[in-house]
Amino acid sequence: MSWKEIWIAFKAVFIKEVLRFSRIWIQTILPPAITMSLYFIIFGNLIGRAIGKMGGFQYIDYIVPGLIMMSVITNSYSNVVSSFFSAKMHGNVQELLISPTPNIIILLGFVAGGVARGLGVGAVVTVVALFFTDLNIQHPIMTLLVVILTSFLFSTAGFINAIYAKSFDAVNIVPIFILTPLTYLGGVFYSVNMLPPFWRDVSLFNPILYMVNGFRYGILGISDITPTATFTLLFVFIGLLFSVAIFLLSRGIGLRD
Amino acid sequence: MAKNSDNLIKDKNPPALQIRNLKKTYDNGMVALNGIDLTIEQGDFFALLGANGAGKSTAIGAVCSLVNKTSGTIKVFGHDLDFERDMVKSFIGLVPQEFNFNIFEPVIEIIVNQGGYYGIQRKEAFRRAEALLKHLDLWDKHKQKARNLSGGMKRRLMIARALIHNPKLLILDEPTAGVDIEIRRSMWVFLKQLNSAGTTIILTTHYLEEAENMCKNIAILDNGEVIENSNMKQLLSHLQTERLVFDLKEPMATLPSSELFKIQFQDANTLEIELDKNSSLNFVFDFFNQHNIQILSMRNKRNRLEEFFMERISQNNKEKVSV
Ligand SMILES: Nc1ncnc2c1ncn2[C@@H]1O[C@H](COP(=O)(O)OP(=O)(O)OP(=O)(O)O)[C@@H](O)[C@H]1O
Ligand SMILES: [Mg+2]
Repeated sequence: MSWKEIWIAFKAVFIKEVLRFSRIWIQTILPPAITMSLYFIIFGNLIGRAIGKMGGFQYIDYIVPGLIMMSVITNSYSNVVSSFFSAKMHGNVQELLISPTPNIIILLGFVAGGVARGLGVGAVVTVVALFFTDLNIQHPIMTLLVVILTSFLFSTAGFINAIYAKSFDAVNIVPIFILTPLTYLGGVFYSVNMLPPFWRDVSLFNPILYMVNGFRYGILGISDITPTATFTLLFVFIGLLFSVAIFLLSRGIGLRD
Repeated sequence: MAKNSDNLIKDKNPPALQIRNLKKTYDNGMVALNGIDLTIEQGDFFALLGANGAGKSTAIGAVCSLVNKTSGTIKVFGHDLDFERDMVKSFIGLVPQEFNFNIFEPVIEIIVNQGGYYGIQRKEAFRRAEALLKHLDLWDKHKQKARNLSGGMKRRLMIARALIHNPKLLILDEPTAGVDIEIRRSMWVFLKQLNSAGTTIILTTHYLEEAENMCKNIAILDNGEVIENSNMKQLLSHLQTERLVFDLKEPMATLPSSELFKIQFQDANTLEIELDKNSSLNFVFDFFNQHNIQILSMRNKRNRLEEFFMERISQNNKEKVSV
């Protein structure tokens, strides 16, 4: 395929992905907006007042970046895992497998779809947050970079999950048993500096901590983690997962008998 | 892409598809293809026949990059699948046996997206999709979600999808399964036109009448092996006898015999006659007149290809047992 044809193929996969989650926006866009509003009302407004300040900020301001990030992570992941898994189960992934579209474009197309949903939901949650508080973004470029890279990373992870998944159960295992706990423990609601030293050190093994804090640094200008550590971790994980995904795709694991 | 690939064809006239010693053993140990050879020339209308489980879909899957072959070579218009996979993919259009589109997508989206995967601009793909859907009598459904289509419409949707990039080789895996007779006939006309316009077509079907009507060459697969590969006309001309069935006006009790052909009762109202294919039907009617037998209607017992097919497969099984 020529570069132009490759670009057309990428757009085709991407548009299909965006149309897919847009068609079912009641399942994909609305629920996070509602859940996050509840978080803002309960944790931010009601309980937050009792908590007082954290990291020098009102509690609601402190948790806003974490909650946005949480919705970006889960939505990026679940978009790709459910879309690619059902393409596999219903056989329509064959439309791509028989075509000359290169594997890397298939992957990038699905990942871009996941990023679109992650950022879309992130934007909706941000708008909801603006009803409760004001946001003064300190480092806009860093904010944007962290959120895009995080979304990219979890979209790629969702893709790998879909390749291995053999049932709809297997699609939910990772989000429920790994992603959600890691996110809750990833400094969304508290600063790890509040933890006893041992648990603080353990927390440093949680990659999501780096992303949440990187994003918080972008918005509020405070973080438990240095921006360098955040970016290093993001690039290393993206490099790793992306290579794994390409390898699995080229071997046709779970796709070709 | 299909257009510029014309000048990339290496030999002047390499076969549309050349398969050498193709083997496939599935992970569970099932040997689906046991070293098959097939050559399908450009412009052919080729029937790939075989009982359920013979290995037809597996062979097609290997050609279309949906099944990893265990060994062997596959060349499409002279290009080796192992070395020029993308080129090979761009030559082929596939209508799979199972419905494999996203049933929640609208018909037009499914086809236009498929065009995108072959590098065709959306606008152009839309234009082609419209023409194809109109031709296949499906345009009034183009905005419908695919799940709202009937079975026969879904088959036609898959045909349109397979043709969006103007493939030089169209492979149809049971395209007429579950399609009513009227639509089936119109599909035949459509495919014949396509073939006359230069597209090489490979077709699997369990309706042997269909293969007999449309196909120039034929292969029969049985248990992962090619047990017959020949020209349809020649093959049919080798069939020695023909069986005819006659419905009688009145039931008969005793059966007169003839020296010119074999005759037997199916039941008291129906006679079956096995006739050498060179002998004249007039003998049969003379015979009926002599014995004052009144005939209401007559038909072929089975279509001739079907006859051959059954014979050839049972022969193959006998050979297997005796080895
Ligand atoms: N994914 C698979 N894993 C294991 N065995 C398989 C798989 N797919 C097919 N087979 C086996 O391979 C053999 C050939 O199957 P194939 O689908 O190629 O037959 P076919 O000729 O297309 O039959 P049909 O006319 O029923 O479509 C069968 O015995 C089948 O059970
Ligand atoms: Mg089959």
